[in-house]
Amino acid sequence: MTTQHTTWFKAAPISAFPENGGACVKYNDRQIAVFHFKQLDKWYATDNECPHKHQMILSRGMLGDQQGHPKVACPFHKKTFSLETGLNLQGEDYCINVYPVKVEDGFVFIGV
Amino acid sequence: MAQPQKVVVVGNGMVGYKFCEKLLNKAGGGSFSITVIGEEPRPAYDRVHLSAYFSGTSVDELTMAPASWYAENGIQLLTGECVLHIHPEAHYVMTHTGRKIEYDKLILATGSSAFVPPVPGVEKEGVFVYRTIEDLDAIISYAQGAGRAAVIGGGLLGLEAAKATLDLGLETHVIEFAPRLMPRQLDAAGAGMLKRKMEALGIQIHLNKNTAHFEGESNVKGLAFVDNTSLEVDMVVVSAGIRPRDELAKQAGLGVGPRGGIMVNDELQTTDSDIYAIGECALHKGMIYGLVAPGYEMAEVVANNLTLSIAKKGDVKSFNAFDMSTKLKLIGVDVASFGEPFCEHTPHDTIVVEDKLKGIYKRLNVTTDGKHLLGGILVGEADNYNMLLQMVKNQLILPPNPEDLVMPVRKGESAGAGMGVASLPDDASICSCENITKGTICEAIEGQNLGDVAAIKKCTKAGTGCGGCVPMLSDLLTETLKKQGKTVKKVLCEHFDYSRQEMYHLIKMSGTRTFDEVLKKHGKGCGCEVCKPAVASMLASIYNDVIAKQAVIQDTNDRYLANIQRGGTYSVVPRVPGGEITADQLIALGTVAKKYDLYCKITGGQRVDLFGARVEQLPFIWEELIDVGFESGHAYGKALRTVKSCVGNTWCRFGVQDAVGYAVRIENRYKGIRAPHKLKSAVSGCTRECAEAQSKDFGIIATEKGWNLYLCGNGGIKPQHAVLFASDLDDDTCIKYIDRFLMFYIKTAEPLQRTATWFNKLEGGLEYLRDVIINDSLGICAELEKEMEYLIETYHDEWRVAVETPEIRARFTHFVNSEEADPTLEFIEMRGQKRPSDW
Repeated sequence: MTTQHTTWFKAAPISAFPENGGACVKYNDRQIAVFHFKQLDKWYATDNECPHKHQMILSRGMLGDQQGHPKVACPFHKKTFSLETGLNLQGEDYCINVYPVKVEDGFVFIGV
Repeated sequence: MAQPQKVVVVGNGMVGYKFCEKLLNKAGGGSFSITVIGEEPRPAYDRVHLSAYFSGTSVDELTMAPASWYAENGIQLLTGECVLHIHPEAHYVMTHTGRKIEYDKLILATGSSAFVPPVPGVEKEGVFVYRTIEDLDAIISYAQGAGRAAVIGGGLLGLEAAKATLDLGLETHVIEFAPRLMPRQLDAAGAGMLKRKMEALGIQIHLNKNTAHFEGESNVKGLAFVDNTSLEVDMVVVSAGIRPRDELAKQAGLGVGPRGGIMVNDELQTTDSDIYAIGECALHKGMIYGLVAPGYEMAEVVANNLTLSIAKKGDVKSFNAFDMSTKLKLIGVDVASFGEPFCEHTPHDTIVVEDKLKGIYKRLNVTTDGKHLLGGILVGEADNYNMLLQMVKNQLILPPNPEDLVMPVRKGESAGAGMGVASLPDDASICSCENITKGTICEAIEGQNLGDVAAIKKCTKAGTGCGGCVPMLSDLLTETLKKQGKTVKKVLCEHFDYSRQEMYHLIKMSGTRTFDEVLKKHGKGCGCEVCKPAVASMLASIYNDVIAKQAVIQDTNDRYLANIQRGGTYSVVPRVPGGEITADQLIALGTVAKKYDLYCKITGGQRVDLFGARVEQLPFIWEELIDVGFESGHAYGKALRTVKSCVGNTWCRFGVQDAVGYAVRIENRYKGIRAPHKLKSAVSGCTRECAEAQSKDFGIIATEKGWNLYLCGNGGIKPQHAVLFASDLDDDTCIKYIDRFLMFYIKTAEPLQRTATWFNKLEGGLEYLRDVIINDSLGICAELEKEMEYLIETYHDEWRVAVETPEIRARFTHFVNSEEADPTLEFIEMRGQKRPSDW
């Protein structure tokens, strides 16, 4: 449990995000990928940058699951990352940050 | 707690690195404090695959472990620093910067340098060795002004170097002193076969040539040989062997061999028991081992014994004479030599298979009683290498007809009768780089429920060195799973328990039209990056709906209807049927490219590729292109790409048919059709074949009477010529056959399987395919034609739909909450155009 106070950034209306896909949110100078995983009825947010080749691209990645565990695959080299933990699922050394997401009054908020 | 033991490693090559990795794994942190000193400016890299650097593999990809790895594991890494002296009595080394580093144990992993014979003129500009990344960079930069290169040395490294100069576009000559290529690995007949193959690839081979001096003023201009002949060249790569780096050891008074190499005992100790030597610098029982696997084994022995001296448990290991078997692919030609390749002093009988037409030579040396394999040589085809090597190492009893082991594999037959991985004992070493046995691998597969080769690699490290054993890992996996009673069907992925062909039928039967419906009806879970694009492709092949309506199941290129490039921008390729384009269209392309500042390049398929478009620019660019009559070129899709053509009899004095006209008709007929993989085609107007139709999935060559149809060729990783399917066809019959062929392929291929691979696995081969397509032996031709007719009728220009449909068009943005472009995009100038900055 975290006792830290989360700041919620109001990103965009729900309709801005494709179902079972992602889109990129600009927050100050940062880029955050937000995914609407409709099949699991969940929302996820991660860094938009894929750490493998440092490309701002993960929001255009493909969603899926590995043995039930939700993941996103980078479009460039198919590196896959857990949407829950941010860890690389192929056992490679890099990982991505994940952020909490909440939906209120038709809007998507990211905990930054 | 005791002070950690100070271990200093001199040399940061593959073996020096492997030693650090093994010592850490065995001892954990804390027991040793490790310092590594390397003279090269970067951490250790994969020298075995150095020639991959020429074909675009980056230094990063070749690096064994980044500098951060050393830091994270508490290893002090000094790169670009040379050790000048070893002081064995006082136990320290001195580097060129004046740094004094004390040691308890010193490991010399200094490797070797290229041996450069003292031929007069060898110091001239344009003479190189082939050893380090810096050497390669120097070769690449000098090659730009050169036309012809000679490689001195026809051994393993020399031929690698020849591949490199060939890749750089140079006319390449190999100069060998011996009467044959690869004299240490091959016999005369095997070397002869290799020579023929190399010559067929355009490399000129000169044997029995002893270089007398290098010609030219300051820059090398040619080679003069002892037999008074000469060869004009613009550059020379010397690859005449290696010389162990033993100068530090010699200077410190350690024992070295008369012809170089630091003398070591079975525990790899030099004449000073606190100093070890491993890898190519070590001389063990009169042998220098110039391969990586023995070097890794040496690293293993020393790491084990050092750990032992601290942990006081386990057994002392020693290094034994190591097998010098090797398999490699030289410019696409398999070459292997294993066990005792020559058997000069062992009584034996030989079995030889030679096929000059196919360029295959195989020799097995068997004991005179015919029971055991002693060694052998393989040229041109080495698929059975791993198994043959294991038969030698494990003294397996040969099957009753040992010649079956080397008989050429025919299509549809499984390789090598009676020699599956099942026959190997558990202690057979499968991965010789990491020294991992069959038992260890099978235990891991069973114990940890491993389901694919990637998992085996991750879990056991097998297959992570040279990669040569990967096919065996796959066989072991299949065998082990079979033994457990698990089915090993080629299923799509964990979400669909069906092959592609089964899926195709299920989708068609059930009438499911979206991924969600297909998943619900035939699969489980949520899907993944493997099955989503595969199902998307099948849906498109069956229904030909607008793919952008299910954007999130498309691979990224299909999702944005453009090819993603480095940096995250896209490229745009409009369709130019048959390569025929008007001046107005060319002007329009130029105007658009200029307006959006796009990098322009002519493709291999007679089209124009415009690079560097930002995602939000794509609909605007296409709007302008559509206005002047362009359509999507599907360069981003697993679909028909281009139908290339030569100019044909409308202009060419040799042409016998209208190649361009027919190419335009064909391209417009099949445009937009999605298949398991991309489809390419070409039409040539005469037998000179300027359109290269025989390298295409379906190629057409004009004859006096009509068209010859060639099927199932491709370029790519493994080029394959298309086969002549039918001759002298009229316009409509040719198209009818192509209709049937394409639909048959679309319905039965595996995901991402091109027509050539599909054809190679088609039981019955060409005769069967002719029977199905021409004689309608399966009775499906009417159905195939009807399905093709449907796809042609439902053609739509995807980009027109995307531009004109507001909800599709709205998706082409980088941010959802800002109009801004991606601010991280960076370009640099290159030859008057732009390109993305390096990643």
